[in-house]
Amino acid sequence: MLEISDVSWAVPAARILDAVTCTVPAGSLVGLLGPNGSGKTTLLRVVAGLVRPRTGQVSIGGETVADLPRAVAARRMAVLAQYAETDLDLTALEVVLLGRTPHRRSRWSDSDADHTAALAALDRVDLSGYAQRKWHTLSGGERQRVQLARALTQEPELLLLDEPTNHLDIGHQLQLLHLVRRAGITTLAALHDLNLAAMFCDTVVVLQAGRVVATGPPHAVLTARLLAEVYGVDARIDDHDGRPVISYRPPATPPPGTAGE
Amino acid sequence: MTTRPTAVRYRLRQAGGTVAVLIFFTAGLAGSIGAAITVGPADLSLGTVWTVVADHLGIASGDVPLLRDHIVWELRLPRVLGAAVVGAGLAAAGAVLQTVTRNPLADPYLLGVSSGASLGAVAVIVLGLGTGTAALAGGAFTGALVAFALVVAIAGREAGRAPTRVILAGVAVGQLCAALSSFVIIWVADPHATQSITFWLSGSLARADWTALAWAAPTLGVIATLILGYARSLNAFAFGEEAAATLGVDVGRTRWILLIATALLTAVLVAVSGAIGFVGLIMPHAVRLLTGPDHRRLLPVVILAGASFMIWVDTAARTLFEPRELPVGVLTALFGVPAFLVLLRRRRAGR
Repeated sequence: MLEISDVSWAVPAARILDAVTCTVPAGSLVGLLGPNGSGKTTLLRVVAGLVRPRTGQVSIGGETVADLPRAVAARRMAVLAQYAETDLDLTALEVVLLGRTPHRRSRWSDSDADHTAALAALDRVDLSGYAQRKWHTLSGGERQRVQLARALTQEPELLLLDEPTNHLDIGHQLQLLHLVRRAGITTLAALHDLNLAAMFCDTVVVLQAGRVVATGPPHAVLTARLLAEVYGVDARIDDHDGRPVISYRPPATPPPGTAGE
Repeated sequence: MTTRPTAVRYRLRQAGGTVAVLIFFTAGLAGSIGAAITVGPADLSLGTVWTVVADHLGIASGDVPLLRDHIVWELRLPRVLGAAVVGAGLAAAGAVLQTVTRNPLADPYLLGVSSGASLGAVAVIVLGLGTGTAALAGGAFTGALVAFALVVAIAGREAGRAPTRVILAGVAVGQLCAALSSFVIIWVADPHATQSITFWLSGSLARADWTALAWAAPTLGVIATLILGYARSLNAFAFGEEAAATLGVDVGRTRWILLIATALLTAVLVAVSGAIGFVGLIMPHAVRLLTGPDHRRLLPVVILAGASFMIWVDTAARTLFEPRELPVGVLTALFGVPAFLVLLRRRRAGR
């Protein structure tokens, strides 16, 4: 279980996170929503322990993240970023084996157990047989699935996803989130696409200008009124068997009060 | 489902390949050392070389004329070993810098560290602070660190994300240090010092002797061991610093330890050979083609390959235009610049 309590963070010019409090219960998938610049990525960085919060604290399984040594934190949390890029000529298997880095068993070689875990993770993201494929020959969707396999190989308690579907077509977006869901790991995912969030998340947390403005199940939170207030869009919400489906109307006037990028 | 035998197969393939490559390059280095000693104006056979070396090491006693013994033990062997140490160190430093700065064009020479070290060594000579290897290495180390700090300051905080800025800053600092070295040497107007300008700026192994080796070899040993210990952490940098941090690497600490270690190593190497360019740039790329990017394989092989490569380039430098000697840095630049252009092109095409 992940608990974020009263977390604030600021840069000299602006307050990026303002007393954010939320909980990700064990086994659930929580979506972090909000317009560009609302603080989603910063919150994920704080949760991952990459930056220390100014005030408040993040705890995972009762332990404060900021106090964990990096290697310990990396055994408990894995991060899947928007976009992974490398100049190196790595194979998919080598990328997945990077997930064993925090589990240093041997300095010099990866053990049979490491290889077994890595190959099993490739199976779990439906990429069996891709072990020897070179990273630069993979499509965007395959790359993100390899990165997901790498994250699974870390054997984390918590997955942190930072808009992992941004560069993918709709088929690969659905597939990736389906695989995350199927992995059954407690997940906090920053998402742009509200319909994806509605489809896959147990709970959504909406951030606006660094503050939590709504929390709850997608059907309760994603209302036309909230979307108008937070995103400045004219949306229509239809109910498909208890799951909200959002469609948008073109803006009549420029969206009011939307913060720049 | 994946079976355990499949995992074992991959693991064995990984380990088996590593062992084979290491044996090949170790044998290659040993052969290069032996063979390179025989090359030169005085004709020596491998047998003679072996007898002299065995005699000095007390393994066997031989009967070799004093002159030949002197040529092998006092001239050629330290020079060949000096080339091996310098080549190994530059190649290792280049491989580490390329990963830590996430810049495929990084190399101690391009980052201005070598020129800074040269300037430091020249300053020590000119200011009369000493002429021993220790004094020169101290001056070179100070110069290397100052140059590197300057490069980091010029490149700014975005250095990690803008590799080109680091290279441009490195070139600028390198040029500045080279100009200052020339200025200082000409200003002092000591013919002996003037002669040494070529040595410090284009690199040569003519001064490699046992005293210099006594400094450089242990430094290489210690720093290479340290670097090898970070092989796994270096792998984690493949997708950037932040990704490395989320894989459990203490990025700030790792980066500073490795940057200071490579600056120290470069400084000691420059005190032996002056600034030799492009070895640190080219060797890691050439070796990666063979070993792949895994540092646990790349680093040991690049050290062995860098040593062998430098032995042969230096052998060419001292014999091609006999009796005149070519600065070895001139030859490495002749190899290196075209390779650098290929890398630059490939990088642009990859984008």
